Amino acid sequence: MTETITKPALIDGSRLITEACVQAGASVFVGYPITPANLLYSYANRRYQVMMAAPDEITTLQWMSGYAALGKIPVTATSFPGYALMVESINMAQMMELPMVIILVQRLGPATGTATAGANGDLNVIHGTISGGFQLPTFCISNFDDCWRLSAKAVHTAARLRTPVVLLTSKEMVMTQMSYDLSRLEDIEKVEIKGFEGENYLPYQANGSHVPAFLPVNQKLHQVRLTASTHNKAGILQNTTPEALDNTRRLKTKVDTGTEVVFDYDKQEGADALVIAFDITAQAAREAIVRMREKGTKAALLVLKTLFPIPEKYVQLASGYGKVVVAEENLDGQYRRLLFGPYHDHRIKGVNVMGRMVKPEEIMEAVESNG
Amino acid sequence: MDNTFLIDSRDLPFCKGCGHSSVAQMTEKALAKLGYHPLDVIMVTDIGCHGIIDKSLRTHTVHGLHGRSVAIAGGIAHGLGKKSGKKVIVFLGDGGATIGLQHILIAAHHNFPMTVVVHNNMLYGMTGGQPSEYTPDGFNTPTAPNRSSAGSLDIVQLAEAAGAGYVSRVAGIGDFSAEMAEAIAYEGFSLVEVMEICPSYGVKSNPGMKLRQLMDETGYLATKKVKTPIHADHPAYEGYNQSLISDKLLVEQLFTHRMTKPTVRILLAGSAGEGTQSAAEFLARVAMCNGLQASKKGHYPVTVGVGFSAAEVILSTGTIYYSGGTKPDFMLITSADGLDYARPHLAQAESSATVLIDESLPLPETKAKLIQLPLRAAAGVRNAAMMSIFRWADVSQLLDSQSFIDEYQRGKLAAKVPVETFSAK
Ligand code: SF4
Repeated sequence: MTETITKPALIDGSRLITEACVQAGASVFVGYPITPANLLYSYANRRYQVMMAAPDEITTLQWMSGYAALGKIPVTATSFPGYALMVESINMAQMMELPMVIILVQRLGPATGTATAGANGDLNVIHGTISGGFQLPTFCISNFDDCWRLSAKAVHTAARLRTPVVLLTSKEMVMTQMSYDLSRLEDIEKVEIKGFEGENYLPYQANGSHVPAFLPVNQKLHQVRLTASTHNKAGILQNTTPEALDNTRRLKTKVDTGTEVVFDYDKQEGADALVIAFDITAQAAREAIVRMREKGTKAALLVLKTLFPIPEKYVQLASGYGKVVVAEENLDGQYRRLLFGPYHDHRIKGVNVMGRMVKPEEIMEAVESNG
Repeated sequence: MDNTFLIDSRDLPFCKGCGHSSVAQMTEKALAKLGYHPLDVIMVTDIGCHGIIDKSLRTHTVHGLHGRSVAIAGGIAHGLGKKSGKKVIVFLGDGGATIGLQHILIAAHHNFPMTVVVHNNMLYGMTGGQPSEYTPDGFNTPTAPNRSSAGSLDIVQLAEAAGAGYVSRVAGIGDFSAEMAEAIAYEGFSLVEVMEICPSYGVKSNPGMKLRQLMDETGYLATKKVKTPIHADHPAYEGYNQSLISDKLLVEQLFTHRMTKPTVRILLAGSAGEGTQSAAEFLARVAMCNGLQASKKGHYPVTVGVGFSAAEVILSTGTIYYSGGTKPDFMLITSADGLDYARPHLAQAESSATVLIDESLPLPETKAKLIQLPLRAAAGVRNAAMMSIFRWADVSQLLDSQSFIDEYQRGKLAAKVPVETFSAK
């Protein structure tokens, strides 16, 4: 397949992600060094209005929260070891309802694993980040177009829903250089966090979309209370009162109803097989689909971009196929099991590898085999 | 709105006789003396008994995690800057100052404009009286009686050593509002340690112990130090308005390739410090000058300066989706590290593949065609990878040879290593 390129550049995904975040309205980057997120740190140094070099991952999330309390949208980039240390603070930011974007660049684990090898091993970690079954809106980048669009969407979603958002990617996506047509980059709308206007402000009084109006802590019209503990609408710590529990429940409702479901669905007339992929593996899946169709094998492709909250739509789409192949760069199909259950039916097949990228041939074989 | 810091200074949520009440009242008095409107004050509290003051405050309140109050306050203070007219005050206990010690040192080091008030009653009150790092030897706590620590940390000294411009320690009895006001009025980072004894746990476990006597015996003496903070302010960075995406990134197509198959894969395998990654990027760029699409993916161990450095370059007449390596058509092996890295590929290679290998290396077992060349000796090891690209250009004949010269001349390396270095001898 050949498309005409009008503005070719040799570029990496980190550059696109950084620029898109800034254009979308993020103005602060708090970083600490970790492979393979280093390029994002370097670009951040050149591009964000404020760049803070944090001493560790907990400080990173706390400084970000401080900036978010002033009405800024902060961004950080990390990998599993850093994310793990951030978890309690991410819970805090989620409870305080502070907008921010956490770019999680996956690498091979467990523990320090192999810092320079990519992976898709952190799905369960993200899914279980927030205590109590709450979800963080999580968008996963599948190519350079997504580096641009989904990064902007992550910033917009964080601001609109007042929540930490995970922008999920992996080593090869942010480090590999590829030719890319810069004319594909659409304009990005810059989001501004609108402050509450009116009398009688309650920091956790939500509107129709379940999101409370924001006010920064550096204005003096109304008192702002931000708290990580169970609280009422005024932001005052409560035990398990009905009002406080309703407030906590709302945190789930706002994300479940407010997170846009983004995916690419490439149907093929008469196809009984569906390939599902995300992150860098989506690129292998795209190539597999092109090659299969060239030789007459029919197959559809579903590239997942919104991973959490898990969209029901994915299961609905998959139900129309006799064979579903889910390809992931992890040990045993984390997202496949989240989507279809740990002991799903035999119609669903996994293609899983560890320590390297899934190859297009492996996806083709899974689709074409009789198993 | 009432202009006081506390909603009702007589109705505070602490046990009777708790020093935390005095800290709140003295802070109120200090803020009033300094003329702060409550909504110009951002009170950040930690977890612990002192933190339940939150609901009694008229200021903005931020109540986060145990030990992390100084860190979230640091973000706020840094964002506000020095001349904001706002005041960030952190209340935390000795427990929080134990958990979050690093945050205090870092905030002091960065001279974030804020005042940290450590309520040191020498134990964790809320959780039943465990010792902290600030529990002095000989001071008993209910959960660890007769198991006092090896002597306590001195947060005043630590903050000072980290670069704080203002540190002090006061006894939390009587009127210490003047000391509080001085610390709050300080323009950069200031820290006050207020010594207290918790009536519920401290007094019970140490009958008859008096605060002043304890301070004398343990060396926790009232003190104050004011000096120039270590941190120097830097002018704000102004270059951030430049987009990372500009026409400077564009690669002009001025040449025509001679590729007859849709993709060609090239594996560069060499050693760190010998230009492998930049040579691979150069090749990708040259391919684009010839109207191809390209990708370049690097492989290396974590330590940047030693071991192998490898890169996969794909040249394609169409869109590249999968950038991973399947069997390379060409392998450019420039060092022993690179040879080791490439062995699995060499073992699987078909006879259609071509390997350019430095002449100093042993010849590997492979079906691929081997071409030995002086890649390391001809232009020095630092240019071995670039040399392999120029030789590949001659051998493969897939791209216009002038395009290599032109693209090289545009690069930074040209000034240091003239392009003639790479011409075929
Ligand atoms: S337990 Fe101790 S520290 Fe806590 S409020 Fe009571 S007296 Fe104060």
